[in-house]
Amino acid sequence: MPRDPSIKRVLVIGSGPIIIGQAAEFDYAGTQACRSLREEGVEVILINSNPATIMTDLEMADRVYIEPLNVEFAARIIERERPDGLLATLGGQTGLNLATQLADAGVLERFNVRLLGTPLASIQMAEDREEFRSLMRRIGEPVPESWIVEDTDALAESGTHGVWPLIVRPAYTLGGTGGGIAHNMEQLMEIGSRGLKLSMRGQVMIERCLLGWKEIEYEVMRDANDTCITVCNMENFDPMGVHTGDSIVVAPSQTLSDKEYQMLRTASLNIIRSLGIEGGCNVQLALSPDSFDYFVIEVNPRVSRSSALASKATGYPIARVAAKIAVGLYLDEIQNAVTQKTLACFEPTLDYCVVKIPRWPFDKFTLADRRITTQMKATGEVMAIDRSFEPALMKAIRSLEIGAYGLSGKHVNALSDVQLEERISVATDERLFAIAEAFRRGMMVEEVQALSAIDPWFLHRVRNLVAMETRLRVHGRAIAALADTLDPTAAEVAILREAKRMGFADKQIGECIGLAESLVRDLRRAFGIVATFKMVDTCAAEFEAATPYYYSCYDEETETIA
Amino acid sequence: MRAILALEDGTWFEGRGLGRQGRSYGEVVFNTGMTGYQEILTDPSYSGQIVCLTYPMVGNYGVNTDDFESRRVQVEGFIVREADVNPSNWRSTTTLDAFLKQRDIVGIEGIDTRRLTRTIRSRGVMMGSISTDEEPDQIVARIRQSPSYAGVDFVRKVTTEQPYEWPYDGAPKHRVALLDCGVKFNIMRSLANLGCQTTVYPCTASPEEVMESAPDGIMLSPGPGDPDTLGYIVETVRALAGKAPTMGVCLGNQLLGYAFGSRCFKLKFGHRGSNHPVRDMNTGRVYITSQNHGYALDPAHLTGGMEVAHINLNDGTVEGLRHRDLPIFSIQYHPEASPGPTDSMYFFKQFVAMMDAA
Repeated sequence: MPRDPSIKRVLVIGSGPIIIGQAAEFDYAGTQACRSLREEGVEVILINSNPATIMTDLEMADRVYIEPLNVEFAARIIERERPDGLLATLGGQTGLNLATQLADAGVLERFNVRLLGTPLASIQMAEDREEFRSLMRRIGEPVPESWIVEDTDALAESGTHGVWPLIVRPAYTLGGTGGGIAHNMEQLMEIGSRGLKLSMRGQVMIERCLLGWKEIEYEVMRDANDTCITVCNMENFDPMGVHTGDSIVVAPSQTLSDKEYQMLRTASLNIIRSLGIEGGCNVQLALSPDSFDYFVIEVNPRVSRSSALASKATGYPIARVAAKIAVGLYLDEIQNAVTQKTLACFEPTLDYCVVKIPRWPFDKFTLADRRITTQMKATGEVMAIDRSFEPALMKAIRSLEIGAYGLSGKHVNALSDVQLEERISVATDERLFAIAEAFRRGMMVEEVQALSAIDPWFLHRVRNLVAMETRLRVHGRAIAALADTLDPTAAEVAILREAKRMGFADKQIGECIGLAESLVRDLRRAFGIVATFKMVDTCAAEFEAATPYYYSCYDEETETIA
Repeated sequence: MRAILALEDGTWFEGRGLGRQGRSYGEVVFNTGMTGYQEILTDPSYSGQIVCLTYPMVGNYGVNTDDFESRRVQVEGFIVREADVNPSNWRSTTTLDAFLKQRDIVGIEGIDTRRLTRTIRSRGVMMGSISTDEEPDQIVARIRQSPSYAGVDFVRKVTTEQPYEWPYDGAPKHRVALLDCGVKFNIMRSLANLGCQTTVYPCTASPEEVMESAPDGIMLSPGPGDPDTLGYIVETVRALAGKAPTMGVCLGNQLLGYAFGSRCFKLKFGHRGSNHPVRDMNTGRVYITSQNHGYALDPAHLTGGMEVAHINLNDGTVEGLRHRDLPIFSIQYHPEASPGPTDSMYFFKQFVAMMDAA
């Protein structure tokens, strides 16, 4: 359907102050959306309480209000501007909450303002735990079993479903004390009874424990014609138990066969259809590491932190497309801005690997608890692209600006073996470095897997990087000697080339072989080992791209736009 | 082990051997799907082709005993940037390299697959060869003396020799006769899931043989190669069409097109991947589809009541046909998925509904 001509003026709600889990990515989304709406000839009115954003720059919207994001101010702006529509799904949870409040207060109805994009009922359905669970049951999508119990009989009953292990969470206790994981009836009764006593309400929640399952996310889009696509899927390096915002994430998924990939893709599309979302949505799923079993964990009925990542990872502008869907366009009426030849109605395909690493503030809050669990602590994240996992991981580590050029961290070298094992089994910001150190000390992939529950695929890749460090050290003298011979047929040239392909920085190679960074650079350049640049084009080179961006890698061909 | 991939136009790439040592020869094509390499390797429609995957890390989840789409590896050769040596998946039983060795396939890894893809995109698909024992100029000279892809009947190489029944427990709702031009197992599996028992016939079967058991429906399978070489099957299809509800998939769509007056033309670099958008002309809805075809039907000469029902959003080519009066329809892409999105499974239901109504 062509764009709805009755929508001439739209109020866009920004995401307000920067908080953990809601940072610059929402500015990125909001800015894209404002541009996208204006492209369609819509007059954009913007409200955001945070002036330190790009979206509040005067050229982004037709009029910008820097005012508190509450009903009182928003209502006044609506009264004055009389917008035809309100776009709230791009301003994070803040934007969504304000829209809900405006609707509840009758402001939208009074001034005849339409909520654009995903309907309010869908948002509420996705956000209300019980409503969402019952919807999932209706459409046959599995949600983890859970029971609320208030006495020991009900407690015993919860252990009769053949579901193990179970997490026991007492309601209303300080810091979750008294909870635990029960693997059998005896443990359930012990932990559960203690929890019932500790809980101020005498209430305990029993839930299927998914610790150690793979955590997979899908970014999906739907238009008003019910056409659905997936933009990207992502796999968490850290298994279930670590907040996805605190997890190292890789796109696309690496350890899923096509059967698993499609099974979860189909589930995500079923969910977005059943919710009736018009725009973007993020679906989080837990997948068993040893069967086809999976559970739906959560849905974000809006542009989220993950969609900003998926957007940059694929080149598919989720916020831009979501804004156009909100004013009535169908996916097959929106151009793919990257190729300018194809339409937004397709699924991006990647011919590279994307790695995201969270950036935690523990360097500033030195006494803070470094453990990362289900509550997000990261205040930022870095994303790197390369042809495979190892170099993307190495680039991401360097981008963190924590003084690390690779997987060697001074702080983990000094740990005893016992301390090291503890750093692997408990997730912290240092776990990746601890894993690398364990491999340096000869630990097996199986042992690290047993401690961390991280998929062996990722662990093997980390071990590959450690093995390259060793190779460089062992052949260090011979590699350094290449500077004199400049013999291109020497076997060490191949080691140097492979180290660069795996993402080793010149500085790091220099440390391994005992040569200054600049000399390593001169040496590899003498052998023609130089970076090439490839496009992020949404289509794995199937079509020519008009406005792509580039990433570096050590491959054969550099691309430029003709 | 050093390996070289060379193309007809003289372009060559140096990498490492993957799978068996030796030489392989075929039409070099690329597939943009990010998962499903085992299904791709065993898909008979890749007969005569050397397949390059654009996704750079291949073999991550190993090879298992379930995800076969036919009994053997069908590609002539395989090209990846990086073959995983430590796969991780609960169903995995072996590595990609070991699997290719065991199945006698000559492949190559370690080349810039994006450079190869861009070469094919701009110059079109070409014949090529992977070799572990020749220099580039020798390989190019050999390619130029070898037969081209067009004009070879690959269907004859992949079709079943004898008719057989796909296993089915219990009493089926419908019996389907399938003309095997290079069928994928998931077509029979999908039919079985909907209560249909399938009897698979060789592509050389006569219309009488196919109709002998009075099937409730006729399925025309996918398959490899240039449909211009398949006049004998077109005759069979012409005789069969409409005798019972008929569904054609991929090559089956092209054969129906030929039977109703049309012809195919070769696409510059084909459609191979899991992300191609197709519009259903009837509802306007767009579906993301799994595709693998190098030829497309020319809609201009369709006769006898056949019309275009689906088109590709990227290039506007024909992706499906429908008969105005008879229970006949076909799709150019893969409703059986495997690999790729399962969004188009509904076509099997549509086929069953036609058999219900007949």
